[in-house]
Amino acid sequence: MAKVTAGVTTSHVPAIGAALDLGKSRDAYWAPLFRGFEFSKRWIEDNRPDVVLLVYNDHASAFSLEIIPTFAIGCAASFNPADEGWGARPVPVVQGHPELASHIAQSVIQQDFDLTIVNHMDVDHGLTVPLSLMFGQPQAWPCRVIPFAVNVVQYPPPSGNRCYQLGKAIRRAIDSFDGDLKVQIWGTGGMSHQLQGKRAGLINSEFDRRFLDRMVDDPEALTRISHLEYVRDAGSEGIELVMWLIMRGALNTKVDEIYRFYHVPASNTALGHMILENRS
Amino acid sequence: MSLDKPYKDIPGTTVFDAEQSRVGYHLNMFCMSLMKSANRERFKSNERAYLDEWPMSEEQKAAVMARDYNRMIALGGNIYFLAKLFATDGKSYQYAAALMTGMSQEDYAKMMLHGGRAPEGHSAGERRDG
Repeated sequence: MAKVTAGVTTSHVPAIGAALDLGKSRDAYWAPLFRGFEFSKRWIEDNRPDVVLLVYNDHASAFSLEIIPTFAIGCAASFNPADEGWGARPVPVVQGHPELASHIAQSVIQQDFDLTIVNHMDVDHGLTVPLSLMFGQPQAWPCRVIPFAVNVVQYPPPSGNRCYQLGKAIRRAIDSFDGDLKVQIWGTGGMSHQLQGKRAGLINSEFDRRFLDRMVDDPEALTRISHLEYVRDAGSEGIELVMWLIMRGALNTKVDEIYRFYHVPASNTALGHMILENRS
Repeated sequence: MSLDKPYKDIPGTTVFDAEQSRVGYHLNMFCMSLMKSANRERFKSNERAYLDEWPMSEEQKAAVMARDYNRMIALGGNIYFLAKLFATDGKSYQYAAALMTGMSQEDYAKMMLHGGRAPEGHSAGERRDG
């Protein structure tokens, strides 16, 4: 039986990928950020998943305005890194897990969550930057990855509560998969940031720290944060945090916080990173 | 019955909702086309001619030519699409964000190093964080 072993959250700022790809990770600006992932890299070495279900948002790379799926699951065998306007990132092709992905799609749709099934798509920095942060720069990614894209480009994204309930449905789907797999769920994006308009550069550390605390012991309180509160308090792009709640919904009610890292700034963004394990 | 849009009152912020998406459809799809290297080259060699291939308003085309990102957003542009345009120019998100706030890139970067802009819309200072 497949087993959900842990959850990871991290922001997925494109400049982090660029810093790594251009060999700037030891620069004074970036070094503290990458140091914050040293523990995580050791942890994942010791707790290697077979599959990561990686919740992220596409940034107008695979999906334009032609098709805007609220929830989309990647069921392909592989996914190429996207060219986002400056050439594709020099990172390995992402290997999917079509059997588990299709199983999750079928199970979750039968639990009333109408996923869009994607059999061909490129993956952008939203997905590849978290892999780089956790695994560094290997020749090949050391596990399979199921991309799970959430619309946070065109308002409104799904509500926090919808995401949390979806996480629970994904958990039931994984629990019922007939195969001996260790599965991690990653929730990416956030934390507070705003990339547009006069209010660009917004950071709200108080909001972020409260959010991190509640991810551990009161996620249901987070499901009640409205879209308006996210935009007002965490910035127009801070609303990406709803994706963390898919990850949290897929974990047990009780979790152990293995690690937490919070850093300002990563370019325009407050970076938040957590590792949570199911309490056994 | 009209939809409730309370986010319209948040200062310095344009929420990319269905209405903005409709107005900005061709502007954003033009930006999307810049994900292809051949299109980037064609755009760079003659911006006006490339823009004329798209059914965009004259205002939208002028805003693109002027790289006026606030104007593009007011005319339906979305930051993740506009990112293809500043990436084509070899510019970063931080460059574009600074431009939209009216600050120099240096001052903007300094503000971010000091904890960013507090939600009220003022530079943070006491919210310094590391």
